[in-house]
Amino acid sequence: MLRRPFFWIIALVIAVFALAPVFAGDVELRESLLLATIYITLASNLNLMLGYAGYVNFGSIVFFGLGGYICVFLMSAHGWPLAAATLAAGVAVSLLALLFGLGILRLRGAFFALSTIGVNEAVKAFVSNFEPWGGASGLYLSTELFEPLGGAMQALWIIYFLLVAVMGLSLYLSYAIKTSKFGLGLLAIGQNEDAAAVLGVPTPRYKAFAYSASAFLPALAGGLYFFKSAFIQPADAFDLALSTEAIAIVMLGGQGTITGAAVGAYFYEELRGWLLTSETFSHFQLVVAGALLLVIVLFFPGGLMGWIYGRWPRLRQVLE
Amino acid sequence: MTAILEVEDLSKSFGGVRAVHQLSFTIYESDILGLIGPNGAGKSTLFNLINGVIAPDAGRVTFRGIDITGEAPYRIARHGLARTHQIVQPLANMTVLENCTVGACFGRENLPLARARQVAREMAVIAGLEDRLATPAAQLTIAGKKRLELARALSARPTLLLLDEALAGLNPTEIEHMIGVVRRIRERGITILIIEHLMQAIMSLSDRIIVLNSGQKLAEGVPAVVANDSSVIEAYLGDPALAEELHGEA
Repeated sequence: MLRRPFFWIIALVIAVFALAPVFAGDVELRESLLLATIYITLASNLNLMLGYAGYVNFGSIVFFGLGGYICVFLMSAHGWPLAAATLAAGVAVSLLALLFGLGILRLRGAFFALSTIGVNEAVKAFVSNFEPWGGASGLYLSTELFEPLGGAMQALWIIYFLLVAVMGLSLYLSYAIKTSKFGLGLLAIGQNEDAAAVLGVPTPRYKAFAYSASAFLPALAGGLYFFKSAFIQPADAFDLALSTEAIAIVMLGGQGTITGAAVGAYFYEELRGWLLTSETFSHFQLVVAGALLLVIVLFFPGGLMGWIYGRWPRLRQVLE
Repeated sequence: MTAILEVEDLSKSFGGVRAVHQLSFTIYESDILGLIGPNGAGKSTLFNLINGVIAPDAGRVTFRGIDITGEAPYRIARHGLARTHQIVQPLANMTVLENCTVGACFGRENLPLARARQVAREMAVIAGLEDRLATPAAQLTIAGKKRLELARALSARPTLLLLDEALAGLNPTEIEHMIGVVRRIRERGITILIIEHLMQAIMSLSDRIIVLNSGQKLAEGVPAVVANDSSVIEAYLGDPALAEELHGEA
C-alpha cells in the first residue's frame, strides 16, 4: 500500500488540512475546514454503502447524531474523558449498526432506502422522549469540560486536529476496503447482488459489515462535533437534510470513488458557505443541492470522477 | 464411478404449476451429463434448485456427500459448485479480470486477492478472453459475455460445473470454439451438468442424457438410447424436425 501513489495523496491532503490554518494563523479558515472534514467524513463513509455496495442509505446521519449523543452523555453524566467517550460512541454505534444492518439489509432498492429513513426517525423519536438524554431540549456540556484540554482556545484546535485525523482515517478506510477482497465482494454486490451470491460472495454478512464499518468514523466525528458545540439536541443531531447533502456529494463527486467523495464534499462545503451568507434565503444550499443532484443523475451519472476518467483514462491508475 | 451430485425426489411448484416434480438422478465424477427437454420443462428451475437460488418444496440435494438442500447460493459456491446463467449476468462495470477474480476469491478455494487474480487470468485464457482482460464486462459482445460466464465459473475452481445454455445465441464458429472449451474443461477433471437446446452439440458432448418434460424425468441413458426412446420422440413431436434431427444423430 505504501508504494501506491494514492496512499501519499491522502497523506498530503491530511497534512494540508492540519497545517494550513496553523501557518495562516486563521481561525476562520480553521472553522471552514472543520466543516469540510465533517462533510468529507460523512461522504466517504456513506460511499462504502452507496458507492461500493450500491445501497442508498438515506439515514446515514443517524450514526453522526447517535455518536454525538453517546459521547456528550458519557462526558456530562459520567465524567468520561473526551478520548474514551468518543471511542465508546464509535464502538457502540458500530455495533448497533451491525444489528440493524442484519435486519434491514434484507431489503433492497427503494425499500432499503425508506427503512434507513425509518431508522433515523425512530432513533430521533426515541431520543426526543428519552429523559436521561434531555428529551427534546437536549443536553448541555459545561465549559469546564474544556479545561483538561488546556482551555477553550486550545481545545478548539485539538478538536480540529482530531477531526482531521477522523477524516484521514475515513479516506484510508475507504482505500483499504476498496483494495481488499472485502471491497471486491462489495463492488460485486453493487453491480449485481444475485450474481455475486452465485459466485460465492457472502452477501448478507458483507452488507452488514459495510453498514457497520460506515457507522464508526461518522460516530467519532459526531462525538467531537457536538463536544465542540457543547450542546446537542435531536433536531441538530438527526437532521435528514445533512443525509441528503451527503448523498448529493457522493453523486456529485462520483459514486464509488474516494477522490470524488472527498473533492465533492470540499466543494460542496465551500459552495454552502458561500450560499449561506445570503440573507434572503436561509438554507438555500439545499435548493442548490437538489438541483445539482437532479442534473447529475440525469446527465452525469458518473459524477465528477466519471467525467475525469472519461477524459483522462490513465488517471484511473493513480486516483481511486 | 463415484457419485458427485445426488438429487432425490426434488419438487418445486410455482402457484399451481409443478415446475419440477419428484425428480431424482445422480451425476458421476468426471462425467458430462446433458439435460434436455422442451421449453418450460423445468431445466433452469432445476439449476436454481441445485445451486440454492430457490429453495425446493421437498426433496434432497447431496453434493459430494454433504446435504446442501436449501443452503444459500454463496455457501454452495464455496462447496465447489459453480454455474453459468442462461441470461448472462455480468458485473457490468467491472473488467473481465475483475469479474473472474470475484469468482476465484469467493469460490471453492477461497483465495486471497493476489492469488485469485492469477487464477482468474488463467481461466480467462482458457475461455478465450485473453485480449479482453481490461475490458469492462458491459462492452463485451454476447459471445464474449457467454465466455465470461464460463471463465468466471471456472475461476472458482469448481468440482461440478452447471452450464445453462452456454451455446445459445452464438454463431457456428463461436459454437465450435465453445464446444472445444467445454471438452478441455472436462479434461481437467471437472464434472459438468449441461442444459442445451442444440441437439448435435449435446448429443456429441454428453456421456449420458436426461430428458425432462413437465418437471419429470422422461428418459435417461446414453445419447443413442435416449434419442431412440419413443416417449422422447413423442415429447418432441410438436417439432417433427427436431425428432428427425435426434434420429439422425443416433
